[in-house]
This record gives sequence, C-alpha cells and structure tokens, in this order.
Amino acid sequence: MSTSTQTIEELANREYKYGFITDVEQDAAPRGLNEDIVRLISAKKAEPAWLLEWRLKAYRTWLTMKEPAWGNIKYGPIDYQAIIYYSAPKKRPALQRLDEVDPEIRRTFEKLGIPLEEQKLLSGVAVDAVFDSVSVATTFKEKLAELGIIFCSFSEAVQNHPELVRKYLGTVVPYSDNFFATLNSAVFSDGSFAYIPKGVRCPMELSTYFRINAKETGQFERTLIVADEGAYVSYLEGCTAPMRDENQLHAAVVELVALDNATIKYSTIQNWYPGDKQGRGGIYNFVTKRGKCAGVNSKIAWTQVETGSAITWKYPGCILQGDNSVGEFYSVATTNNYQQADTGTKMIHLGKNTKSTIVSKGISAGHGQNTYRGLVKIAKQARGARNYSQCDSLLIGDQCGAHTFPYLEIKNTSAQVEHEASTSKIDEDQIFYCRQRGLSAEEAVNLIVSGFCKDVFRQLPMEFAVEAQKLLGVTLEGSVG
Amino acid sequence: MLSVKNLHVRGGNRQILRGITLAIDAGEVHAIMGPNGSGKSTLARVLAGHPDYEVTDGEVLYEGQDLLAMDPESRARAGVFMAFQYPVEIPGVNNAYFLKAALNALRKHRGQDELDAMEFMPFVRERMKLLDMDETLLNRSVNEGFSGGEKKRNEIFQMAVLEPRLAILDETDSGLDIDALKIVAAGVNAMRNPGRAILVVTHYQRLLNYIVPDVVHVLTNGRIVRSGGKELAFELEDKGYGWLEADAVVGAPVGKV
Repeated sequence: MSTSTQTIEELANREYKYGFITDVEQDAAPRGLNEDIVRLISAKKAEPAWLLEWRLKAYRTWLTMKEPAWGNIKYGPIDYQAIIYYSAPKKRPALQRLDEVDPEIRRTFEKLGIPLEEQKLLSGVAVDAVFDSVSVATTFKEKLAELGIIFCSFSEAVQNHPELVRKYLGTVVPYSDNFFATLNSAVFSDGSFAYIPKGVRCPMELSTYFRINAKETGQFERTLIVADEGAYVSYLEGCTAPMRDENQLHAAVVELVALDNATIKYSTIQNWYPGDKQGRGGIYNFVTKRGKCAGVNSKIAWTQVETGSAITWKYPGCILQGDNSVGEFYSVATTNNYQQADTGTKMIHLGKNTKSTIVSKGISAGHGQNTYRGLVKIAKQARGARNYSQCDSLLIGDQCGAHTFPYLEIKNTSAQVEHEASTSKIDEDQIFYCRQRGLSAEEAVNLIVSGFCKDVFRQLPMEFAVEAQKLLGVTLEGSVG
Repeated sequence: MLSVKNLHVRGGNRQILRGITLAIDAGEVHAIMGPNGSGKSTLARVLAGHPDYEVTDGEVLYEGQDLLAMDPESRARAGVFMAFQYPVEIPGVNNAYFLKAALNALRKHRGQDELDAMEFMPFVRERMKLLDMDETLLNRSVNEGFSGGEKKRNEIFQMAVLEPRLAILDETDSGLDIDALKIVAAGVNAMRNPGRAILVVTHYQRLLNYIVPDVVHVLTNGRIVRSGGKELAFELEDKGYGWLEADAVVGAPVGKV
C-alpha cells in the first residue's frame, strides 16, 4: 500500500459530524399501519373527507403492491408494521414569531448551522422548517403574500387552500404510482406547499430544511409546488439527520407543476445519516420526485447533491408535456463506506420540440456502490425532441463500484439523443501534484472532486453550492486510494 | 540549505539512486545532468516526497531539518517547490483557484493571513507578466488542454507565485521551443536571489545557456560521477555522456555495477 493510500484510508475514519438528538416531547401514533392509522393521521390534521378518501384509496392500493426489487441495492426486509407513522412535537401553539419556537428545536437548527433568525435577517431566504413532520416556523410569509405567493406547510395548505391542493395533488405522481409513493400517499404527515401565481417571479429562494428526529419514525413528506403561467420559482431543500442505530425509512414524494411559460428550479442537498463505517444504521431513502411541464415553453430543472443515506433510491424526472418545454437534471451522488445509491432521472418527452439535459456525476469511495439509472423516453408524437445525457463516474479506491443503466425508448425518428459516459479514478499523481503545492491529501481530494462536480455545482444557488462543496468534503473524508 | 548524503533510493523494484551526495547553498543554482534513466528525475521526485520511492540509505537535510521525514505538503509549506516534468491535469479546477489555495496553504503555515481574491488577483497578474502568459490561462482548468509549452510555463508561473526557498526544476526544458525556453529561463532568472536555491534537472546543455548554473553535477547510473563549474556542461555538449559513463564503470567497485 502506498503512503498516499494509507493517508486516504486514515482520513476516511471520521465520525458523522451532524449526529445529535434533540429531546422534544413526541406525540406519536402506535406502531404499525392499518386503515385506522390512516384515519388517525387524517383526523389529527383535521383533513377534509376527500383527502381521507384519497389516502384510503392509496392505502388499499398499497396493500396489493410489492416492494420493488429491481434496484441495484441490497438491504434487509423492512417491517412496515414496526414503523410509527405519525409523530408531532406536542402542544404546538400557533406561532407568530420565530422566538416562540421551542428553544430546544431552535438549538438543533443552530447546531446544524441554520439559525432561522440569521436566515431571515441575512440571506433573504424564507424558511419553512419541517421538524419531525410538523412545521414549526414559517418566515417571510407576509412578503410573499403581498405577491400572492403561497408558501406554507402542506397541512396548512390543506386547510387554507384546499381547492389548489385538490386540483394538483396526485396529478404528477398518482397515488398508485409505485410502492413507496403509494405508501406516502396513504400516510404522508406534512411537507411544503408553494403556489406562484400567474406572471410572478418569486423574489427569493424558497427553502425548507427537513430533519428526521423522532426515534423510529418513518418520514413521509409530501411537497407540492405549482408555478402558474409565466411564474418563476427556485426552491431549495436541504437535509441533515441525527445519529441513529436502527434503519429508518424515508419515503417522500415531491410533485412539481409548471404551466405555460413557467419555470421551477428545485435544488436538493441530501445528507441523511448514512450509517456507520461498517454499514450499520442509516436512512433508507426511497423518494419519488417528478415534475410536469404541463404548459408550453415551461421548464423544470432538478439539481441534487446526494451525500447521505444508507440507501438512496430516487429518480427525479420530468414529464415534458407542453410543446417546447425543457427538463434538466443535474446530479452529484456520492457513496462512501457501505452506502448504496441507485439514482438518476426519467425524461418523458410528450410535446413537440421538447428538450432535456442530464448531467450525472457519481462518486464512489470505500465500499460504496453507485448506480446511475436513467430513462429517456420520446413518445411517438414528440417531434423534434432532443436529449443530451452525460454520466460520469469517479472511483476512489478499489473496493467501490460504479454502474450505469441508461434506458432509451425512442418512438419518433426526428429525435436527437446523445449519451456520453466516462469512468475515471482519482489519480495518485493528481494528489501528489496538489500536495507538492502545499495542500493536504484531503484538500487535494476535495479539490479534485469539486472540479469533477463543477457542472452540477454551478447550477446551485451560490450559498447552497458552498454548502454542497463542504458536505462533499465531509462525506469523502479519508477515502482516496 | 540542502544537504544530500549518500542517498540510496529504490523504485519499481530497482535500485535507482546509489549514493548521491551534494550540497546546495542559498543563492546557488545547481544543474543535474545525465542521460536518460540515470536517476535525475528520481532525485527530483524523492526530494519532493513522491510516494512511489523507497529511500534505502542516506539522509537529506533541508535547512537543518530531516526532509525525508516530512510529508510532501510539509515540504512544500517549508518552501520546497518542484516544477513537474509532466504537470498533472485537474479537470474542472480553475487554475487561479488552485493557485490561490496553494498560496494560502503556504501563507497559513507561515502564520500570515490568507489572501482573498481581491488581494490575490493583482499579485498574480503581475507574476504572469514574468512568464509572458495569456491571462485566460488563469480561468482554465489546471493544465487541462494546455500545450506542452503552456504547461511548463505554468509550472514556472506557479513557482513565481509561491516563491519557494528551494526550487527543483525537473526537465522544465523538455518540449519547449527556443522562444518558450527563453521566456521560461528569463522567469527563472528573475527569481534568482541570495535567499533562494535552485536545482535544475536537465538532459540537455541548451537550457544552461540561459539559466547559468554555479555548479554542474553529472549523474549516471544513480551516482554523481563528476561535479564542476558551468564549463562542465559545455564539455558534455561536445563529448556526450559516454566518456563519463565509461569512467563510472571503471571507477565503480567491482561486482556492484
């Protein structure tokens, strides 16, 4: 073993930096899932009858479905009856100001380096903080309200804007979509809702920080974002999670709808607890994210930086229904230690002259397994459709794996589809070169990796890009060979 | 400044250096010349701390410190710089960003404040003039898509920015046309000063017309077979390495060559 390999392995042996548990009283449902639990969740949230019906339909459908087994991931059986499907911080009064938030919760955010006050004052980011399935604080609401923008928790939207929720819920990811999305449809607890009215450009990045906290509580977030004609919105989602022994299931659903000439940018930093160095514990992240470019000239761009979770299973996709609509997917997925990621995108071209771009960067280190799985589908009527895909893999060390499964279904001969792929290893000579210039091996790896990811990072809003780069450094600490 | 004693080095299951001894003082320029495979580049790389080599005997003191006990970045931070024979490409990493990170690593080590982009850029632009470099190179990825000449020039440019105490130039002349060679040599000469030592590793005498050394060492077969003034380089130019290699074999202890 060469000296630099040793250095790299030594560097790898660091603890997860964001592991801590906040002690807040929990109001939890009994373990397990049945129709009564679904009714309980709906009742807790004082939901209208149609929503309960929708949940029940989903639940009954879910009973007939099988957990998908096609992913390039391995994990033990999940006991769905051992999960607590609802928990909320107790006695939550309606909060008018940030300082009314439970100080314990606020300390948690501070530990994460996301003090809400500072966010509010300095960054101009409206933060809808989802803490253990229930929103505890919403900022900037008034300013947004002046423009007619609705940005609130999903539960509030159900109460205050039921017509919008009812109109769009399930229109992109139907309740019967897939095993995990269907489970989510039955039991989703909370999430975010945003509606940007016609012709309005949302003046700030909308941001939600999710955080799993209650012990053994599955997280079933549901997010719905609608950009009406000519509207523009950029939405940021970032996660960290506390240290945990048991595996935790996370099955979120995100639906985006862009009407004529509307644009939605959705950026994610995912940093759920990845498990320990032996691969014990960690979050199972089975997420369904999809956007529909329903209108002409609409655009949806997904940018994701996936560094956490024991298992990542997600394929943020775009249904390009409107003519001339545009779908984009920029992804960095890293796996270290025993993490597994099976991620990619689906671009479904239905409209004429629709365009999609896919840039996927997979980084594998330790014993990590990283799979890109992508579908580009060009329907018969989608004349003049174009797709460009680029899938690059970077290997660090010789115990990890990178896999690429690009699927193409082209039913219109006028389509232009390009696919480029590469696999490379971090070269010892690159590391030595950097070290000869005074950088440590760790700094060298970070530098090389950030160069590799540049095309994705530059799609992120500035502060988010900095955070992403830091996170990547933390994730890959001690991993080069 | 640098004292190498009886240095023996193995690499790739082969004994490459077989007892190198030399001393360089601050302000001096030494040239190491020798035929291909003589161990010149190995010497340069070992001094910089490349992990592929194993020192089997001997010692190297740099400003009184045991250089061989230091990891490559500590050597760099202590002022040892190597201009690479084959500079490495780092895709996606902006040349200016890389250089700023390197300079700040050095400054931090010296207890100086790190420079921000506003302070760094004017300094870098001034240094670029030394090497007559196109400013657009700053915004390109490190060495990516650079011509051979641009890469070599970039190495010396980095040296000009990092201002090392000991600079080791590993075959910086290879792949340079005569105009580029003059520019690179002028850049190096501009950096000669009483506090800085420079070790020039080269196959050809040509570079030494422009960077005139104080001392020339001839390396063959892992040993320094002759040291002398700059005239030695001219002698080599006339006679080639053959006459010294013959010497080396004749002068070597029986059974060891």
